[in-house]
Amino acid sequence: MAKPKVAFYWCASCGGCGETVVDLADKILDVVAAVDIILWPIAMDFKYKDIRAMEDGSIAVSFINGAVRTEEQKEIAELLRKKSGLVVAFGSCSSLGGIPALANLTSKKKIFERSYLKSPTVVNPEGVVPKTKSKVDGYELALPEFYESVYKLNDVIDVDYYLPGCPPTPDLIVNAVNAILEGKLPPKGAILSPDKSLCNSCDRNESKPEDVAISEIKRVIDVEIDPEKCFLAQGIICMGPATRDGCGASCINGNMPCTGCFGPTDSCKDQGAKMIGTLGAILEGDEEETIDKALDGLVDPAGTFYRYGLSASMLGSARKEEEDE
Amino acid sequence: MNNFEPKIVAFTCNWCSYAGADKAGMMKLKYSDDVKLIRVMCSGRVDPQFVMDAFREGADGVMILGCHPGDCHYRTGNVKAFKRYKLLKKTLAQFGINDKRLKLDWVAAGEAELFQKVVNEMAETVKELGPLHLTGNVEQGGK
Ligand code: SF4
Ligand code: SF4
Ligand code: FES
Repeated sequence: MAKPKVAFYWCASCGGCGETVVDLADKILDVVAAVDIILWPIAMDFKYKDIRAMEDGSIAVSFINGAVRTEEQKEIAELLRKKSGLVVAFGSCSSLGGIPALANLTSKKKIFERSYLKSPTVVNPEGVVPKTKSKVDGYELALPEFYESVYKLNDVIDVDYYLPGCPPTPDLIVNAVNAILEGKLPPKGAILSPDKSLCNSCDRNESKPEDVAISEIKRVIDVEIDPEKCFLAQGIICMGPATRDGCGASCINGNMPCTGCFGPTDSCKDQGAKMIGTLGAILEGDEEETIDKALDGLVDPAGTFYRYGLSASMLGSARKEEEDE
Repeated sequence: MNNFEPKIVAFTCNWCSYAGADKAGMMKLKYSDDVKLIRVMCSGRVDPQFVMDAFREGADGVMILGCHPGDCHYRTGNVKAFKRYKLLKKTLAQFGINDKRLKLDWVAAGEAELFQKVVNEMAETVKELGPLHLTGNVEQGGK
């Protein structure tokens, strides 16, 4: 019997998701032996034209990491969708927008201005900025379009399953691959990680007082962190209550608060709103002044509450028009 | 003249501002029909997701109206609502949403005139601001 064909692809991502596949180490060897990898840009050389020549649906599963920022990423995602039986959104960027989607708080115009014109390290007296079409020596050159916003994978194609995490943990990946190989998959659309909040399996949950009350929001760089006590009870924002379980509380075990990379649970429609709800209930004091003071330590709320999830947030991205006055 | 008719969603507490609206109605006090009331049992019931959802679905302004401090039927619902409101404002600003598009106020059951005043003022404010035009991932499709 022919081995099932598998594709790995990256869109707007840091490469960490590709790295984590390599990190499967000895476990990956079994996977590699069981499948036929037909596309994996980070590790092997393949041509898009070979994929185009394949029969529709002939790839058993495509694992696509990264967010969708450019026309090329959308095009390849669409191509893989057509050629694949299953598409798995691999990692936070693909599932929720991830770190690249933080750019949704600004605009394409501002990004181009900063990167190509105004950054102190740029010398560009003629003000050249990338264009989708340009003529050089009689040749027409094309670049993929850079979109206004960063999208998650299911904004552009139909997605069968989601593997959360920045990056997903080796255990989750191996479980997912085995489920696919054995045909023991949950219903379509499932997020392949437990549907409960991280606090549920956090060792520090016990140390959380019944009535957490915090008078000041502190930043990790400003305090000495108690290695036993719940972060929220220490006044440090921990996204645990608004974040899906499944990572084994990796950050907490490294004495750092959760920043929310697994995204929300099924019942939550907006991770940031959920965290605002939680924080609103535990901030101390009822005078406006006290509250404002407590919130001084929260310098970048949107970037904190939606660190990995802006594309999946209800608002999606900032208004693109100049000023809302 | 500005012909824009804003859509404003007002979450009103059953025990105070909703009753205030009722009284305003009985007294035949006219208030802006741009403001659509949604009755909740307490301002503390207003999940920040409701506010985000309202904006996403096309509201140009959102109001949260609850019982005066100390008067909440569930003791501290309004205090929590106020803290969430402060957090929401700080967060919405980063999405380019003008501060004035979200308003929290306290209106008691007997305060029909006050209800009329805060609601009409909000309608005026949002009318001046114009439509919100959230363009983001709201229109999906990779463009
Ligand atoms: S808030 Fe963070 S530290 Fe506290 S119990 Fe939840 S995950 Fe653990
Ligand atoms: S603790 Fe939070 S940020 Fe860290 S890996 Fe787990 S879900 Fe991601
Ligand atoms: S009951 Fe009215 S605000 Fe809580």
